[in-house]
Amino acid sequence: MSKTVRIILNGHNRDVPAGATLASALLALGLTRFRTSVHGQPRAPLCGMGVCQECRLTVDGRMHVRACLLPCRDGMSVETDIP
Amino acid sequence: MKRQQCDVLVVGAGPAGMAAAWCAARCGRAVLLADENSGLGGQIWRAEASAAPRAVRQWLKRLASSGVEILAGAAAFEADAGQKQVRFEREFEPLEVRYGRLILATGARELFLPFPGWTRPGIVGAGGIQALIKGGFTVTGRQAVVAGTGPLLIAAAALLKRHGADVVGILEQTSWERFSRFSMGLWKYPGKLLQAAGLVVGKRGVPLQTGWWLVGSGNDTPLEPDRLEWVEITNGDKVAKVWCDLLAYGYGLRPNTELAALLGCRVARGAVVVDELQRTSRDGVLAAGELTGIGGAELSLVEGHIAGYAAADQPRRARAHFAARARQRRFAAELERAFELREELKSAVTEDTIVCRCEDVTAGACSGIRSWKEAKMATRCGMGACQGRTCGAAAEFLYGWRVDSVRPPIVPVRVGTLAGERDRD
Repeated sequence: MSKTVRIILNGHNRDVPAGATLASALLALGLTRFRTSVHGQPRAPLCGMGVCQECRLTVDGRMHVRACLLPCRDGMSVETDIP
Repeated sequence: MKRQQCDVLVVGAGPAGMAAAWCAARCGRAVLLADENSGLGGQIWRAEASAAPRAVRQWLKRLASSGVEILAGAAAFEADAGQKQVRFEREFEPLEVRYGRLILATGARELFLPFPGWTRPGIVGAGGIQALIKGGFTVTGRQAVVAGTGPLLIAAAALLKRHGADVVGILEQTSWERFSRFSMGLWKYPGKLLQAAGLVVGKRGVPLQTGWWLVGSGNDTPLEPDRLEWVEITNGDKVAKVWCDLLAYGYGLRPNTELAALLGCRVARGAVVVDELQRTSRDGVLAAGELTGIGGAELSLVEGHIAGYAAADQPRRARAHFAARARQRRFAAELERAFELREELKSAVTEDTIVCRCEDVTAGACSGIRSWKEAKMATRCGMGACQGRTCGAAAEFLYGWRVDSVRPPIVPVRVGTLAGERDRD
């Protein structure tokens, strides 16, 4: 079995593959609403490479972190704007 | 603020940046190689979590023994060619690098043309899906459609297939005549990714349809209105619905010119202008790879060699690569002709199609507007977090606006980073 790390998504523990980026790990968990648009639409990663800003999340209290550029780390706390 | 110094700073660690850093280091220069990603290789050579491709392993080995210092996870957000400095945010901390010479190798991004419903989760880039899969996204059992234009579609389909997705089909907007002429000519350029990928896709029976493009996406399940259930496609005559829960699409690549523009380098027709030694219009600033024009990994590698040697004041060694560059540029020109965007793609956009995803600005709101500047002021189009990186290129194609404004910070950073403070802890 491959190694996992534990992140906290909107207050819930989730095990994700070690070495995964946060965007990929959350997509694999089935998350579809990474952020909510100005008009309330759900948005999820588009470009996967740090350009489009659609995967922005709050990570360890820091807002607007691009999930596609961030490797998952043990204990990382992640919040979407509407859980 | 943390500060570092080097002879040669390379921004972007794809094929061009890696080659440039290595060549400059071989000439005895102290080299820093920075990339906003956590791993080297750029988009084209992005390593899968398990194993890096052979080319990347070879370059990593070369770099490891060359003395190049690597700054991974460092996003450049401000730069000044007069002061010869670039400011990065890394691990939420500001970092200022002073350089003797600067080599820009910031690569390219995908062009996403809007169509009704393109903001729906489940719709990702053709390059985007490759990045996400390599980052650990599992696509086993997903029903995927790959659409848009260019060789990336075939690479995306091959990777999706390899990772257990059911690839329903590849929809290529260019005509069969152009596509086949291009494919037939590939023998002149051995080692092209497309050949290998095309073989894989062909063998495993992914149908490729030319002359079709996206005009919609949707869902028939009112309880889960956000889920992607189908895409709508047309060939200009017929319209068809294709069932899928994943769409990977993209209309080719566009150079990432923001950092170059911020430094005051001349940009023309969307690409950074360079001379034969890959020097930009700004003294001490060179550029290599796709920000100088889209041409693939091999061209980027060659340009990287030239820029690296030129930055180390070894023009003779740089010149040894001129012939290879000329050959790869011929390929780039063929690529551009083969996958030229058809005019009809503009009519996929309806009144209420979103053009700017950051600010939810619709095509209707943009109608009657004559320039990018006017659009920004009147509608907030391009004023959001991505600073027009997504909608700007789309608006250039759709409306013919010239999109050229750039302001620091060129990526969103912490307020503390701007002020040069260290992060709380």
